[in-house]
Amino acid sequence: MPYTFSTESEKRFQKLVPQFPNKRSLILPCLFLLQRDQGFVDHVGMEYVAKRIGDPISLAQVHGVATFYTMYNKKPVGKFHVQICANISCYLAGSDGITKKACEKLGIQKGQTTKDKLFTVEEVQCLGACGFGPVVQINEKYHEKITVEELDQLLVSLASKG
Amino acid sequence: MGLKKVLTTHIEKPDSHTLAGYKAVGGYTAVAKALKDMTAEQIISEVKTSGLRGRGGAGFPTGNKWGFIPKTEKPKYLVCNGDEGEPGTYKDRLLIENLPHMLIEGMIIAAKAIDSHQGYIYIRGEFFKGIDIVEKAVEEAYSSGLLGKNILGSGYDFELAVYSGAGAYICGEESALINSLEGRRGHPRLKPPFPAVSGLYSCPTVVNNVETFCNVPHILNMGGETYKKIGTEKSPGTRLFAVSGHVEKQGIYEVELGTPLKDLIFEICGGIKGGKALKAVIPGGSSAPILTAEEAMTATMDFESIASLKSMLGSGAVIILSEEADLVETTYRLASFYAHESCGQCTPCREGTHWVKDILHKIKDGEGTEEDLQLIGALSRNMEGGTTICPLADACVMAVRPALTKFRSEFLAKLRSKKEVATVG
Repeated sequence: MPYTFSTESEKRFQKLVPQFPNKRSLILPCLFLLQRDQGFVDHVGMEYVAKRIGDPISLAQVHGVATFYTMYNKKPVGKFHVQICANISCYLAGSDGITKKACEKLGIQKGQTTKDKLFTVEEVQCLGACGFGPVVQINEKYHEKITVEELDQLLVSLASKG
Repeated sequence: MGLKKVLTTHIEKPDSHTLAGYKAVGGYTAVAKALKDMTAEQIISEVKTSGLRGRGGAGFPTGNKWGFIPKTEKPKYLVCNGDEGEPGTYKDRLLIENLPHMLIEGMIIAAKAIDSHQGYIYIRGEFFKGIDIVEKAVEEAYSSGLLGKNILGSGYDFELAVYSGAGAYICGEESALINSLEGRRGHPRLKPPFPAVSGLYSCPTVVNNVETFCNVPHILNMGGETYKKIGTEKSPGTRLFAVSGHVEKQGIYEVELGTPLKDLIFEICGGIKGGKALKAVIPGGSSAPILTAEEAMTATMDFESIASLKSMLGSGAVIILSEEADLVETTYRLASFYAHESCGQCTPCREGTHWVKDILHKIKDGEGTEEDLQLIGALSRNMEGGTTICPLADACVMAVRPALTKFRSEFLAKLRSKKEVATVG
């Protein structure tokens, strides 16, 4: 079945429309709705977004936006998207050990997804929580000042929920 | 000089982020005054008197920025830049999550000053929690007549919406942020025209940082003259310094501008972690040229003092590096950041940042040569001084070259180590 907004996304979309004098501004928020619904942004979804916003917005414009911003997943990610900040302050706080642990524990390398599609591990640029490093963002939640042991337990507890 | 709470006086209160909590400590009194008793000119003049300078990075005088907005029939837009993402910087998140109503109040006052009836709060997308809190605060403000039509019966209308970024540091540059808000890729625009003339939807636009807006209600409450007495003459007020790295007590401290950096590190933050020696300080976010320990000991935290050391106060992010820090590695991490975040419009930046990153990678792996260090120098000259639309390439140079110059021996040691291994082996 072709993609359409979920009920919740449709509600949010209706709320967004009057906020902008120019329809083009809806591209970024609509891509987030698409991603919220299905976990990533794909060609079919982008076609829908372009059509939904309507003339004069083209698929090319939507595609151009989706491929520029890193938060839009252009391919499916695991149920738990583990993003480990690797920039200066987190590095000084020991983020390399966190990445190593996550990869070892899950048996994957940076940028990969586990076979059961539960976890994707990625190293990311600054998450803007530099005094609380190392910082790991899992889906929408920040885990701050996380230790290797805490990460280990967290992954176990998430896996059991998965 | 030292700790001084202006913005963060009541931040510890568990309900500081709610309308009731903010009103209980005098919140939204300044907006009533601004909308009912003051003209736009009076607001701008009060902010000019206060000497408030932008808290995002450039330190541009806020009152002047507002004053540039032409009095045309066109709609005028007011935008809050909450796209915090420069390594080391995490102070706006504190305000976003704990004092959203202070931000909203500051924005309403600013709106009246520039005759804007539509505002946007642009927050980096990773701050899901912060976005949620600000959205709730905006709803609360609407339902109690602080936003929307005829605010507090003053006859003034102001609509405000929250907009989520999507993972692009470059959108912290105001013209890239405007493009992003318009639903485009975050490409900085050529200036002029400046946003004050042609910004969002080709209309006059003011973009200010979260912390800048949060200062505005306090300026109106205490008066510009009183505010100006805080801090130094040319850098009035307080700043939220976000300290990270090798200190005992990392954190965000609201400090009077002009406070010695030495006091910030050794008194407020409890000194260097584990009693080690200080090696270097990056005083204003990753783009600010690194200071040696000797330089840091002479600096005071205001725009002028840090500029006199050929660095910048920037975003108020202070990164402390002890003797244990590997400056080749930290410099490589910073270069990687700029390579990752270059938007790709301008060749010197798109190519240069990656070259610099790759060369530093080679050096940290012990494969570098003297020629590589010279190559970074040559690349830097092509990346700086206006060869690009925005200053991202310059920022990369500022993050790398001073480290290479001031701590050259560390980089040379990495070159030599390889040779030593080779002769021994």
